[in-house]
Amino acid sequence: MTTRIVELRQGILKKNDELARSLRAQFEASGVLVLNLVSSPGTGKTEFLQRTLRELINSGAKAAALVGDLETDNDARRLAASGAPVRQINTHGICHLEAEMIAKHLDGWKLAELDYLFIENVGNLVCPSSYDLGEKIRVALLSVTEGEDKPLKYPTLYNSADVAVITKIDIAQAVGFDRDAALRNIAEIRPGVRIFETSAKTGAGMAEWLAYLAQQRSAK
Amino acid sequence: MHELSIVSSIVDSVTETLAAYPGARVKEVRLRVGALASVIEDSLQFCYEIATRDTPLDGSALVVKVLPVRMHCDKCAEDVEIASLQSFRCPRCGEPLTDMRQGRELEIDSIEIDQVEENV
Repeated sequence: MTTRIVELRQGILKKNDELARSLRAQFEASGVLVLNLVSSPGTGKTEFLQRTLRELINSGAKAAALVGDLETDNDARRLAASGAPVRQINTHGICHLEAEMIAKHLDGWKLAELDYLFIENVGNLVCPSSYDLGEKIRVALLSVTEGEDKPLKYPTLYNSADVAVITKIDIAQAVGFDRDAALRNIAEIRPGVRIFETSAKTGAGMAEWLAYLAQQRSAK
Repeated sequence: MHELSIVSSIVDSVTETLAAYPGARVKEVRLRVGALASVIEDSLQFCYEIATRDTPLDGSALVVKVLPVRMHCDKCAEDVEIASLQSFRCPRCGEPLTDMRQGRELEIDSIEIDQVEENV
């Protein structure tokens, strides 16, 4: 019997990372801007996305969405009301989306005909941050009802964000939202990140957000 | 709680590697995990015991080495370790930091195996 050490030096999520890389190449070649929306449950991702899709489609852009949930297709039905093609991904207990689930659900969609593809991740502030989905932009959302220190509590997720969106600002005053503290905490975890302050209900901040999307798309 | 799927990937990778070492028994699996990798060691250990049952990894130990977050500070012109995960600033000059050099790793570093010698 001999004991030996075998060096592996291998990423544990290698399969996911490789697939995500090939998806990213495919998205770039097709000219579609792909965004991955992450937040805790109840932040208002679906409401925010529904408004975003509706406004994009009204402006003549072609946008589609994949939406991840443990169970039900409620969110897909809500989002489809915007007129955009939407597909539900049910993870059946898995707490995050993986690149393979994205690849499977793209079947039959002509990516080259799309301007934007939004991926609404499972509501979870921990696990989705480990899984690359091939997106170009990771959007971390935070609602005014959640507490201004959430970015400090979940640095793994907020630090991985390319852009941050604060939602439900129409009720900020009623819930005693400390805006300065929230902005400071986001900047402490992800210095320099662009922050949008929005309300899907009133439309506040949506013009800036949509201008950012258009600019990101044309920057490709 | 995605530790179970992470541990399942570990079992798959190690089992694949073992194909080159017939009859080998795994004693230890060593991981390198960044402080920002969003996995919890206790959960990994808990899942490891379950996921390795009836596999060639059964009974082996999981050793997790946690790597601190290291960022590059342009002002100091070197890599620095941040003082806490609640503040991405240079501990020396206070500059906000965005250029991460270490902290999100999630890797199998090596495995230790017992192998029956060939040609004995």
